Amino acid sequence: MSQFAKAFEPDKLQEAWHVFLTEFPQGLWETVYVTLLATLFAILLGLPLGILLVTGDEKGIRPLPKPLMKVVNVIINFLRSVPFLILMVMVIPLTRAIVGTSIGSVASIVPLVVAAFPFVARLVESSLRELDPNIIEMAQSMGSSTAQIIFRVMLPESVPSLVTNFTLAITTILGYTAMSGAMGGGGLGKIAINYGYSRYKYAVLYLAVIVLVLLVQVFQSVGTRLAARLDKRIKK
Amino acid sequence: MIELRNLSKRFVTADGPVDALNNVNLTVNDGDIYGIIGMSGAGKSTLVRCINMLERPTEGSVLLDGRDLGALSKKQMQDVRREVTMIFQSFNLLMQSTCLQNVMFPLKLIHTPRAEAEARARELLETVGLPDKANVYPAQLSGGQQQRVAIARALATKPRVLLCDEATSALDPKTTQSILELIRQINRDTGITVIVITHQMSVVQEICNRVAILENGAVVEEGDVSQVFSRPRAAATRALVFPEMASGEGPVSTGYGQLLRLIFEGSITIDKPLIASMAMDCGIAANILGASTRTVGKREYGYMLIEIPGGPDELARALKYIQNVPDVVVQVEAQYNGREADEA
Ligand SMILES: Nc1ncnc2c1ncn2[C@@H]1O[C@H](COP(=O)(O)OP(=O)(O)OP(=O)(O)O)[C@@H](O)[C@H]1O
Ligand SMILES: [Mg+2]
Repeated sequence: MSQFAKAFEPDKLQEAWHVFLTEFPQGLWETVYVTLLATLFAILLGLPLGILLVTGDEKGIRPLPKPLMKVVNVIINFLRSVPFLILMVMVIPLTRAIVGTSIGSVASIVPLVVAAFPFVARLVESSLRELDPNIIEMAQSMGSSTAQIIFRVMLPESVPSLVTNFTLAITTILGYTAMSGAMGGGGLGKIAINYGYSRYKYAVLYLAVIVLVLLVQVFQSVGTRLAARLDKRIKK
Repeated sequence: MIELRNLSKRFVTADGPVDALNNVNLTVNDGDIYGIIGMSGAGKSTLVRCINMLERPTEGSVLLDGRDLGALSKKQMQDVRREVTMIFQSFNLLMQSTCLQNVMFPLKLIHTPRAEAEARARELLETVGLPDKANVYPAQLSGGQQQRVAIARALATKPRVLLCDEATSALDPKTTQSILELIRQINRDTGITVIVITHQMSVVQEICNRVAILENGAVVEEGDVSQVFSRPRAAATRALVFPEMASGEGPVSTGYGQLLRLIFEGSITIDKPLIASMAMDCGIAANILGASTRTVGKREYGYMLIEIPGGPDELARALKYIQNVPDVVVQVEAQYNGREADEA
């Protein structure tokens, strides 16, 4: 406890402030771009997969063979149930193959994507399942093809829900970046671990946490506002 | 012309098979406004969904101008669905698209050039009376207005058949009236064939020229609306035409005398105070238990359930008097005779 209190003595605070000014801008930048890129790739993989989960379902607009759907579901559930820390280690060979190294901010994007895309697929699935089935029936009754139903009905009608869910994805991935930062990645997570855990500089740790929390707030409120603005069901 | 031939549909559910349609045979002629009426669960939605193959019939066929729709490829079926379009109880508009975009939707599906599609959509919004709502989102419209947009959308591809599945069931009576009027006007102007699915008698009476009564997946009665309604034969039809009698909630016989049903088949008799003149001319003060008069097409018609007090003598005089009035048919209501009423 005394050691904890010592961490906030004036000279320590001054040091923390120094770290804040010199290292945080770079850390923040790394965290933000890793988060955004990982989210982008997770959506690129997760969106089609989520669509497939809905349309290929037994009761979907284009049912796929049941065993295939079963396999897809098992893989998604498997990836989602492996703890992120272990997943990071598991995908090191893949990371090396893609990035050339398993260390650093860029390399940390790979495990983040692997961890997040099944999550995004499930989020997309739930967004698309919210859609009123009568709307799909309408589209079918007008002679829409499967692709037209997906791109002209399901996705446009689900935009607000998708934005809300992608916001959830981005804030979750942000949390993961802190973890991957601690495990050889970069960003605020790395700073927090380097100073806080390794050198007992708690003031830096707390500062990093505050910045991360603020970042989550920013992403969340931007996402929430965007979703509301895009939703034409809300009377204005 | 649409012909349903021995159409059957069986759903296999966890609780066993459900026969939603049993050997349905119907013919809908071009330009008809054809009503299909039945109680909840009678199979109306299933029937209409079989017409555009949203539901594949288990047996039988649907012929559109002699073409068997069940034999078409998926692509061909998509083309047919631009000729046979549909409106729904819940309107089913795209909530994230403007009214204009909604009406353009079926045209975009067939890659109509944008300018052309937009011109057509605006013209249709004009037809349905909403020219100023082009850039408004459906959430800002009332139910009746939303259904108008849905009608405009259904007409975009210039279909020959419009299917309406409970299209007015979510609307209040006044709005229902105006939507039905719109459908009738479109039928008149374009000659489009309309199939109206409903559980409301009044809807059929308002716009249909022909009607089929569906009960437990089977057609129990079919024909011209004025015929079927003025002389319902099947019990299901009677229950729909005279719900107050079927439900037992309606007027109750006093128990003295004989019940008669008068059917009016001409506009003049409705205005003529038949009961009053019978009272003056024959001295029989009939007790009116229920009455309902309506307009079908250009013809007014209606029914009246009356009770003739007294014995066989009065009954005979009353019958004779009424039978002499033109355009009125009188039926002795066996099931409501005095004896039964006494027991009740
Ligand atoms: N997809 C389905 N699977 C199983 N049973 C079904 C299905 N669709 C309809 N049914 C059954 O078929 C029968 C007819 O249903 P349908 O929806 O056609 O009735 P309806 O006349 O339209 O009734 P309502 O007036 O309530 O809309 C009902 O018993 C219903 O439970
Ligand atoms: Mg129905």
